[in-house]
Amino acid sequence: MPTIVEERRITPPPPLAPGDSGGDGNFGDSGSSFPLTKGQIGIWILLTAIIMLFAGLSSAYIVLRGVPSWQNIELPSLLWPNTAVLLLSSLAIEFSRRAIRRGDVQSMKRWLTIGGVLGLGFLAGQLLAWRQLVQAGVYLPSTQQSSFFYILTGLHALHLLGGIVGLGIVFVMALKDRLRASQYEPLALCASYWHVMDGIWIYLFLMLLLS
Amino acid sequence: MAQSHTAEHAHHELGFWRKYVFSTDHKIIGIQYLITAMAMAVVGGTLSMLMRYQLGWPSMISPTLGKIMPDAFAGGVMKPEFYISLVTMHGTIMVFFLFTAVLTGGFGNFLIPLQIGARDMAFPFLNALSYWVFLLSCIVIFSALFVTTGAPLGGWTSYAPLSAVPAAGPGQGTGVTLWVVAIALFSASGLMGGLNYITTILTMRTRGLSMMRLPLTQWSLLITAVLGLLAFPVLLAAAILLSFDRMGGTSFFVPAGIIMNQMPIDHSGGHPLLWQHLFWFFGHPEVYIVVLPAMGMASDILSTFCRKPIFSYRMMVYSMVSIAVLSFIVWGHHMFVSGMNPFLGSVFTLTTLLIAVPSAVKTFNWLGTLWGARIRFTAAGLFAIGFVSMFVSGGLSGIYLGTSAADIQLQDTYFVVAHFHLVMAVAPLFASFAGLYFWFPKMFGRFMNEGLGKLHFWLSFIGAYCVFFPMHIIGIGGQMRRIYDPTQYVFLQTQQPVNIFITISAFVLGAAQLIFILNFFVSIFAGKRCLEKNPWHANGLEWETPNPAGHGNFGEELPVVHRWPFDYSVPGEKQDFLPQTVPATVSAKH
Repeated sequence: MPTIVEERRITPPPPLAPGDSGGDGNFGDSGSSFPLTKGQIGIWILLTAIIMLFAGLSSAYIVLRGVPSWQNIELPSLLWPNTAVLLLSSLAIEFSRRAIRRGDVQSMKRWLTIGGVLGLGFLAGQLLAWRQLVQAGVYLPSTQQSSFFYILTGLHALHLLGGIVGLGIVFVMALKDRLRASQYEPLALCASYWHVMDGIWIYLFLMLLLS
Repeated sequence: MAQSHTAEHAHHELGFWRKYVFSTDHKIIGIQYLITAMAMAVVGGTLSMLMRYQLGWPSMISPTLGKIMPDAFAGGVMKPEFYISLVTMHGTIMVFFLFTAVLTGGFGNFLIPLQIGARDMAFPFLNALSYWVFLLSCIVIFSALFVTTGAPLGGWTSYAPLSAVPAAGPGQGTGVTLWVVAIALFSASGLMGGLNYITTILTMRTRGLSMMRLPLTQWSLLITAVLGLLAFPVLLAAAILLSFDRMGGTSFFVPAGIIMNQMPIDHSGGHPLLWQHLFWFFGHPEVYIVVLPAMGMASDILSTFCRKPIFSYRMMVYSMVSIAVLSFIVWGHHMFVSGMNPFLGSVFTLTTLLIAVPSAVKTFNWLGTLWGARIRFTAAGLFAIGFVSMFVSGGLSGIYLGTSAADIQLQDTYFVVAHFHLVMAVAPLFASFAGLYFWFPKMFGRFMNEGLGKLHFWLSFIGAYCVFFPMHIIGIGGQMRRIYDPTQYVFLQTQQPVNIFITISAFVLGAAQLIFILNFFVSIFAGKRCLEKNPWHANGLEWETPNPAGHGNFGEELPVVHRWPFDYSVPGEKQDFLPQTVPATVSAKH
């Protein structure tokens, strides 16, 4: 019967990865050897889940586009200006993030407000686009593309609304003077979220457009 | 600031409601998950007993059951639609609300901060919210059993178009609506949990605890959380489309010209197979969401009771990662008979059989750990060994089912029922029992009764094999899964004695679980007190805290890690275990 000593030689502890010395069991941020903060990991996990949700829906779209009964609808013309508004809002939020990095709180608040208002403008525009479709007699069950159109734009708008709530919270933090050049993570996280929502919209718009 | 926070964690006293009910403490949340899931297991288990009763004695008239459930047992005989609703609810409750909840929600919450030397999860409030949303989802799915039109009939897979048309059957109205709501809530709760698990393990490991020093339980929970993160949103996407088919008049899954219950259904041009693709893209990773934490826990517990390091730690980690990656490209093996292009079928066969490689690596590593060990046969250790046995027995039949040529013959028979029960129900159940017996002193400061634990093991081990092994044989003999009365077919009548044997075994197996439940709840209040800090002489960080661990887990200072958790029987050491906090004079030799 082999002895324990012999077996031990064939199961030694694995070598340690260089630079990985554990984290911080109290808070998880300062002192952690992991290169991302808790907030950054959290937001990217959330975004991964949202991306997978839209990936699932768009794979269904691609499959159904191949069925014989598929009928394209005429997309509302408002989508073009709406897209421009959303891109501008992303730009404004990016300016806001850069402003706080420089320590320019006033400019940060200004750009944040502009970004938020443009975001709301996009949502209002999407609602008007729905109205355009309804006036053209295109409803949710009319064709499969119209079903997808209402569901995809509706879900995207809901996620964007969540982003606006996030921006609102950051704005209140800014009013209470809790954001500064050394500590602006909430705004950076909101900006990441917003940019990804922007990217998802471009992807959805292209998918709807190129059917 | 860190110190004041630490002190606050260590000494802060909370009232009863904040401490045990609306708690943000990961240990309480873990125990809440465990006990809620146990209640769901009792429901799901009872449903399976009713199913086995029907399969054992299909046409027997039972006036008692007729009196207790007059709607379901009209004239004392079970109605076919009630049987199908039992199939649906048993599967749904067991897969989601028992296994996923116990292994990730229960053990994940309880063990992650304790084993990585952290005070709590990264986002404690989100963690508590995850439990309450889970509880709500349990209530919603439970209520589906009591709607007047009946519980859903579509199976745990809720295949369209049956699930997409409310008029398709008695339970397909409100029943399926509740099913969809419960699954959506469960997905949301799982996302909140997964977000916490990943963030906590990556950023909150204590000093010295590098990734390659993590217990395998932690690796398995991390990989499982990533799987859940990628798989559940796709199920949610499918559920959203399904809801619109049901309530918004859309046609994603319902084909044109379909007639159900003699009624033409007004939908156009949907694709029923699309549901299957979306569902199984989630469904196969879900199998590993259930199995991986079981593998991780069984590995750590086996090593402890073998008093040996786990055989090939690194390969254990790499094989879990490869299983996780492969699990996303095998879903088509659930759909071999759906008219799939044979070439595509062979691709899915290949990817499926590839999973056998990392699974076999793990199995050989467990056997390598057991080989030549002086095993301590505690209840926890026995259940961990039982896990390996069940996983191997269930896994081997997977090779046949993953091969399209054989699967086309075996699809939708009891062979499949036997396979998935052994590999993704009994095996994780055994690992969960191992975990409960092992960490019970950590949870409640007392032991569960070992004698009853061993009785529970032997009855469960023999019982599970008596239930599920003969199912392979009647499956090859042609008995279809979900069948209400096999005796209606002449060619199945000769197999009926086997069905009766399975049913009697199932009743014994069910009764054995009552021993466990009794042992669990009595031991919380009257079990033998655990006076030692480290009763199993284990190496993990969780044993550095008092039993049960207090709020904030560790005292003023967090532990510092100097070694991996598998230093058992180190040559030249006086005792046969070296906890992770023992300084590295010995590991310097390596």
